[in-house]
This record gives sequence, C-alpha cells and structure tokens, in this order.
Amino acid sequence: MSDGVGKRGAVRALGARVLGGLEYLGGMALLLGAAGRWAYRGAVSRKVRFGGRALAAQMVRVGVRSLPIVVLVQAFIGVILALQMSPPLKPYGQESQVAVIIGIAGFRMLGPIITAVVLSGFAGASIAAELGTMVVAEEIEAMQAMAMNPVRVLVVPRVLATLVMMVLLTVIADLMISLGGWAVSRAVLGPRVYVGYWDRMRDALVYADFVTGLILAGVFGTLISLIACHEGLKVSGGAEGVGRATTMTVVYSIVAIISAACVFTMIFFVYEI
Amino acid sequence: MPQRANIPDGQAILRVTDLVKRFDGRAVLDGVNLEVRPGETLVVMGGSGCGKSTLLRHMIGSMRPDEGRVELFGHDLAELSEDRMDLLRKRFGILFQSGALFNSMTVGDNVALPLREHTNLDDDTIDIIVRIKLELVGLRPAVDRMPAEISGGMKKRAGLARAIALDPEILFYDEPSAGLDPVTSAEIDQLMMDLSGKLGVTSVVVTHEMDSAFRIADRMVMLDRGRVLKIASRSEFEAIRDSAPSGDETTDLIRQFLRGESQGPITRRRQDTGYAEDLLEAADGER
Ligand SMILES: Nc1ncnc2c1ncn2[C@@H]1O[C@H](COP(=O)(O)OP(=O)(O)OP(=O)(O)O)[C@@H](O)[C@H]1O
Ligand SMILES: [Mg+2]
Repeated sequence: MSDGVGKRGAVRALGARVLGGLEYLGGMALLLGAAGRWAYRGAVSRKVRFGGRALAAQMVRVGVRSLPIVVLVQAFIGVILALQMSPPLKPYGQESQVAVIIGIAGFRMLGPIITAVVLSGFAGASIAAELGTMVVAEEIEAMQAMAMNPVRVLVVPRVLATLVMMVLLTVIADLMISLGGWAVSRAVLGPRVYVGYWDRMRDALVYADFVTGLILAGVFGTLISLIACHEGLKVSGGAEGVGRATTMTVVYSIVAIISAACVFTMIFFVYEI
Repeated sequence: MPQRANIPDGQAILRVTDLVKRFDGRAVLDGVNLEVRPGETLVVMGGSGCGKSTLLRHMIGSMRPDEGRVELFGHDLAELSEDRMDLLRKRFGILFQSGALFNSMTVGDNVALPLREHTNLDDDTIDIIVRIKLELVGLRPAVDRMPAEISGGMKKRAGLARAIALDPEILFYDEPSAGLDPVTSAEIDQLMMDLSGKLGVTSVVVTHEMDSAFRIADRMVMLDRGRVLKIASRSEFEAIRDSAPSGDETTDLIRQFLRGESQGPITRRRQDTGYAEDLLEAADGER
C-alpha cells in the first residue's frame, strides 16, 4: 500500500469520526428539543400527562440511591482540600484561609462536579440499561403502538428527576465538603484553622458562589440524563448493546460534565460572575 | 354493533398499495397489495423471514414504507402527524410476537396502562375492566404477577388482554399461537373468533399454524419473496390444500406450504438458488 492511500484513508476515517460526532450531537439536540416540547406541553395542558407517579419514582431512584455515596465522597473531598491547602498557607501564617478556599472551590465546582460524576455512574448507567433493555424486549415499540410517546413517558420524567435531584444533592454536597473540612481541621489542623471556620467561610462567600454551582448542577443533571436516554433508546443488538450503552453513558457523561464545567467557568470568568 | 366510524360498508378498513421496504438494499417487501375489509379475519401466511412481521409493522405505522402506501381507517399513514397518528393508535390493538409486556409492571398494570393513559376512568373502574379482560384470556389469577414470573404462553395471553383493553376496532396478531400447547392455542383461536364474531372486531393474523389458520380465517393471503402470491377466501385455499398436484408452480407452492410437506417447489427453489450462488461467492472471495 502506498503512503497516499494510507493518508487518504486516515483523512477519510477522521472525516467519518467528525461526522459521527456531529450526528451524535444532532441526535442529542433533537432529543433535548423533543423533551423540552413535551415538558412544556405537559406544563400548559392538562391533557398531556407523563404522570406525577413516574416523576416521583424516578426522583427516589436517582436521588435516594445516590445520597449515601454523595455524602461520603464529598466529606472526603472536604478532608482532602483542608489537608492539602493548609501546609502551603502555613509559612505565610494564613492557614485560617483554608475555610475560604474550601468554600469557594467546593461551592463553585467540586460540589457539583463530583456529585455529577457519582450520578452518571449511578443514575446515568441505570437509566441507559433500563431503556436499552426495554428496546431489546420490544417494549418501546409496543409503547409507541399504544400511542404513548417514549419521550413523553420515559425521557421527560427521567430528565426532570435527574435535574432536580442533581441540584438537591449538590446542596447536600456543599454542606458535606464544608463539614469534612471543618472536621479534619478540628481533629488535625488545630485551632488557628477551626476557630471561626464557619464565620470566615460565610464572610468570604457571595451568593454567586452558591448560585453558579447550582446552575452547573442543573446543566450536569440535564446532560447526564439526556446522554443516558439517548444511549439507551438507540440500543440495538441484544444484551451486548445494553452493556455498551451503559459504558458509553458513563464515558460520554464525564466528558460532557467536564467540558461543560470548563465552558461555564470561562463564561463566569469573562462576565466576572 | 360497535360503531365503525366513517367506513362505508364494503370499503376497506386497511389498504396496502405497492408497499416496498428494503433493509440494506435488500427488498423484504417488494410491492405488496392487499385490503382488509371491516369485520373480517385475514390470515397472513408465508415462510419464516419472508417479512410478515415487517408488513404488520407497516400496517400499524411503526415503520415507514420506502415506496407505496398504507391507508388505515381511510388515512394515509405516511401523511399523518404524530398527534393524529396517536389518535389512530387508540383505535387498534396489537399483540406482538414476543408479547412485549412491560417487564417492570405487573400483568394487571400492563393491562391497565392503556386505560390509565387514554381514558379518564377512575381507578376502581379500571380495576374492574382489567379483571374482565384478564378473565377473557384466562389469566385473572395472574393479575399481580410480574411478566418474568409467567410462562411464554401466559405472556402472550396477557399481551392480548392489553391489546383489547381499549376495545379496538381492529386487532393485529403476530403469531398468537406459536409456542402454545394445542389446547391453549385452540382457546386463543376461540377468543379471536369471539372477538370478531360477537364484537365485530376486524383482525389481521400472522400465523404458521395451519389448523388455527383454517379455523379462524375468512380470507387468507400467502406472501412469497416480498409479494402477495395469492389472496383469496378460506374455501379457495382449502380447495388448493385438498387438490392433487397440478403442475402449476404457484398452486403447488401454496399446497406444499399449507400441507407442510418437505418435497415441492419451495424446497426445489431453495436448492437451486442459494447453493450455486454461495459457491460462486466463495470462489470470488478466493480470487
Ligand atoms: N429492523 C430491521 N433491520 C434490518 N433487517 C430487518 C429488520 N427487521 C426485519 N429485518 C429482516 O427482514 C426480514 C423479514 O423479517 P420479519 O421479521 O418481517 O420476518 P417474519 O416473516 O416475521 O419471520 P418469522 O416468521 O420468523 O417471524 C428478515 O430477513 C429480517 O432479517
Ligand atoms: Mg415475525
């Protein structure tokens, strides 16, 4: 084989990848559009239902099951932050600023982002597996034949539940990070850090720190659930396809979460929010 | 008589015209034409993989034709918006080949689902209707069981109960009696006949079971290589089945199928197509 053919092949493969990626994004955008439309129709018209029952069930499943892990992991994040930040601050006599750093880093970014990663493994993977299994068992087709739109019946409650739960869990996460930092300060770092910890944190934080974190949480929740539904609904080829969908959901979710975090942080930076 | 909205007597409730469907360039349906008349039971026959389920999927609008048209209740399915299509979907029921129950719900909830979705009935009324439908298919004791806990035959019957939950005008069955024991299968046949005889429900039934086909059919259609080989009344098909070999390729092919014989045109064709092509392809690969 000549070099030219090899190069052309590579360019073609790259082109196919780019097209595939664009097609994927297009599919996601369509799903988002459809979900938004159904959610809107459900909000304005009593005739369109997706069932409060379904919504509640999904919230329990997404939220309650992830809660213990979020609590545990986020407390550890607080511990890690406190332990890592105090030595470099010590030479300047600024260990007390640990509380401020934990507040800002935790509320703005680590709270939402770590929660989102936990949720993509918990909720995202299980949503993808569930919908994928339904596709394989012809349940989705049966649903459509019974005049039940899968986006209305399955996607909307899952997206709404993940979004709401992501925000609520992030509030808890923020609390746990702060608590973890306080606890380790109390146990290890000494009074210069823990005396007045909560006051310093409260004085340094502004509303925007809290609110931008929650906005991010909402964005992450929407991304995770959309990716999971999209992957689940496009499953083909039996159990193997379901396995692939769950794996890809977690991979794509994490990429999407970190990309979105980067973009939003740039926006917040530029507009000094 | 149940009301049969805007279908004048004698006109087709479902009409398929020049339907073509290709998968990966291979035409699975290659110009299918047929009509279903109000109140009749039409049995669709044909070899495994000849496209019967695919035809059914077009009839219910879950697949779009590559060419041709499907008209249900006088509407061209390809031209309907999703919302209008949903209105039609409430007027027919379908029993899938696998039953296609929702595995996360009990049998009773499966049957209740279309009622909860599409009617404003209160829970007690829905509960009563669910029990009536399940009693019809002999499954009332299984109302609280999960689909994973019941047998394949029971799943099919539960699927049928769900398909008739909204009292549809037309019912599609994909191999309703495949894999059932003879008695259960005869019971399903009886149920299908009751639905069409007593309630005037129109039925389209895909089946391989010839005994059952001749029991329930008003008319029969034989598919072959993506086309309609013959569509005629049951008595005409009975005559073909009971006749002696005629030398006419089409008739002999149908006779072989109806009798389930291992010798005849179908077997011959399989031998003299596939094999030689396979060898040629293999030879091509070598080169
Ligand atoms: N979604 C699809 N994508 C690609 N090919 C398909 C698809 N659905 C069906 N086919 C192909 O079309 C052909 C007809 O399939 P279909 O399920 O309609 O057959 P059938 O007559 O119902 O067979 P059986 O009696 O075994 O149920 C098969 O060769 C199948 O592989
Ligand atoms: Mg089939």
